[in-house]
Amino acid sequence: MADAGDDHSVRLRLYVAGEGPNSRQARENLRVICEAHLAGRHVIEVLDVFEEPERALDDGVYLTPQLLVLVLPPATPRTVVGNLSEREVVLRALGVSDGVA
Amino acid sequence: MPPITMRLNPTVVHTPKAPTGIRGLDTVMGGGVPSGRTTLLEGGPGMGKTVLALQTLVHGARAHGEPGIFVAFEEHPERIVRNAESFGWDLSSLEGDRLAFLDARPDTDLIQSGAFDLGGLLAVLGARTKRMGAKRIVFDALDVVLALMPDARSVRREVYRLHDWLLANELTAIITTKAARTAGDANEAASFMQFMVDCAIVLGHDLVQGVSQRHLRVVKYRGSSFLENVHPYVIGPEGFEVARTDTDKDSQARISTERLSTGVSRLDTMLGGGYFRGAAILVTGAPGTAKTTLSGAFTLSSCERGDRTIFVSFDSPPAEIVRNLASVAIDLAPHVAAGTLKVVAAHALRGSAESHLLYIERLVEEHGARCLVIDPVSALGKSGNDKVSRSVVERLVEWCKHVGVTLMCTSLIDVEHRDAEGTPIQISTIADTWIHLDYLVRGGERNRTLSIVKSRGTEHSNQVRELLLSHGGVTLADVYVAGGEVLMGTLRFERERAERQTTHEREEDQERSKRLLDVETAELGARLEILRTQLALKERERRALDAAGDEDVDRHSAGLRSVHDLRGGDRMTTDGGGSDG
Repeated sequence: MADAGDDHSVRLRLYVAGEGPNSRQARENLRVICEAHLAGRHVIEVLDVFEEPERALDDGVYLTPQLLVLVLPPATPRTVVGNLSEREVVLRALGVSDGVA
Repeated sequence: MPPITMRLNPTVVHTPKAPTGIRGLDTVMGGGVPSGRTTLLEGGPGMGKTVLALQTLVHGARAHGEPGIFVAFEEHPERIVRNAESFGWDLSSLEGDRLAFLDARPDTDLIQSGAFDLGGLLAVLGARTKRMGAKRIVFDALDVVLALMPDARSVRREVYRLHDWLLANELTAIITTKAARTAGDANEAASFMQFMVDCAIVLGHDLVQGVSQRHLRVVKYRGSSFLENVHPYVIGPEGFEVARTDTDKDSQARISTERLSTGVSRLDTMLGGGYFRGAAILVTGAPGTAKTTLSGAFTLSSCERGDRTIFVSFDSPPAEIVRNLASVAIDLAPHVAAGTLKVVAAHALRGSAESHLLYIERLVEEHGARCLVIDPVSALGKSGNDKVSRSVVERLVEWCKHVGVTLMCTSLIDVEHRDAEGTPIQISTIADTWIHLDYLVRGGERNRTLSIVKSRGTEHSNQVRELLLSHGGVTLADVYVAGGEVLMGTLRFERERAERQTTHEREEDQERSKRLLDVETAELGARLEILRTQLALKERERRALDAAGDEDVDRHSAGLRSVHDLRGGDRMTTDGGGSDG
């Protein structure tokens, strides 16, 4: 699902919990948003907490699904919890203005 | 065939239990929280939910080889660890493979978009549980994360998800949540969690006369009986401590027939040899009736016997107690120095009656004391309302009996209610021996009296005695009853002297009479002797007289004859006839 990224790409990490309804919706919602607003400018890594609990622990991800918008240190990544059904909230977190659509 | 034993106490085990190691709580819960099940712990802020939960975890890891995970939703784990250090639990020795903390505080900058669940948390915990072989887990302040849920339905769904996961992993879990005070999501979550879990504990507190009384209540325990009442608790220097209010009536109180000296020899006699070991002795009286002195006498005799003893004073600092008692020849200082005796000052205004009770119990255990003196126990009444304090003293008595410690309590009697002879704290009914001290004011004096109101299992004197204090020690004196009145002090002394005088006089009289008789006897004896002598004299005289008479007659006839012969007259007949006399 990930496009080839360059330095200007938005790096995203989505934690899901198996095939639960919220997790499925989150995956789908994120795909739609990124295609519409960040086509060719994003990298998405999807991690299943049941498969990679240590990664989730490292990132302190306990609520799923959870989207991490990775930025360069020392800034902390922005996190969005939920199935990403509220598009405006997600776009704000991604730093993309709604007007672009 | 093994003997069939019947257990009548309420702690019959139906469900496997996971001991919490918390003093009192395991008793209340019949052994601990349900093993492999979930316990809900509800309470307001600052009630000690975190302390109780963490203590259970630490106990499991240390004493039962059950590794545990602490999931912190509200407080930073570092802060929790730091707070726990003050209890001396030494968490650092456990941390790692036996005790793990998980910082699960929700990000304050968290952006929410749509529905979410606790899947991530459970995945992380699942991995950790497997790796550590964890058996116990704590979710501290679950309400914090549930509050993020958009609606009640989501809350319910996540709670069920969590519960199912816990059961599947056979974890002994404690979920803490804030008390449901106001209506809202948390409230609803708490109430349906109570239905869901196997065990539920509620922590609460009342403010009684400005003193906080914390209490714990087990509201539910599936598959197990438990003590349902409200149980006071404190957070002491070593953590959470629960006091038992119910008594196990068949508790193996040690019955002893050993007699312990009261420290006053005549009192020992009055009690048929002294107090029983393990008895509860109550000394009541108005201020200044020598309650402390009598307890001091007992303390001294205990120490001399070699019993480790604790003297808890609510009135005076230890040094003052020792000095004051030394003035009546009760010298405790060497025993304090030797470590046999521990004199402790407890001030009535510090902490609740509950914390005093637990403090005293710990003191006794640490010191290994066999005798305990509390002067006065009525000070515990200041610590809260009467109802609670009464049960505190009752529990103290019961606890002492249970562990076989001989307890002596003094109790101040309100001067205004002196006539009632009742104590504000009704321990008189559970005390084994009750000694009442009083004073009588008569003849310009105030004199102390001692009487034994009751003494179980002991024949005891019914007489009121006078209690005498001097630098020679404590003694009892008989009192004089005259015309229905009791004489003491100077009056008694005068009476005693008068009696002595009377006896003396009587003795003298007798002596005099005896001497008089002796004299008379001697006199009569002497007179008898004189008379006897006189008699002998008379008899001799008489005999002499008899002998002299015959001679005379002979001489007389011879004389006549000679005269006749001389005259040459008529012949005379020898058989008289010629008498001219």
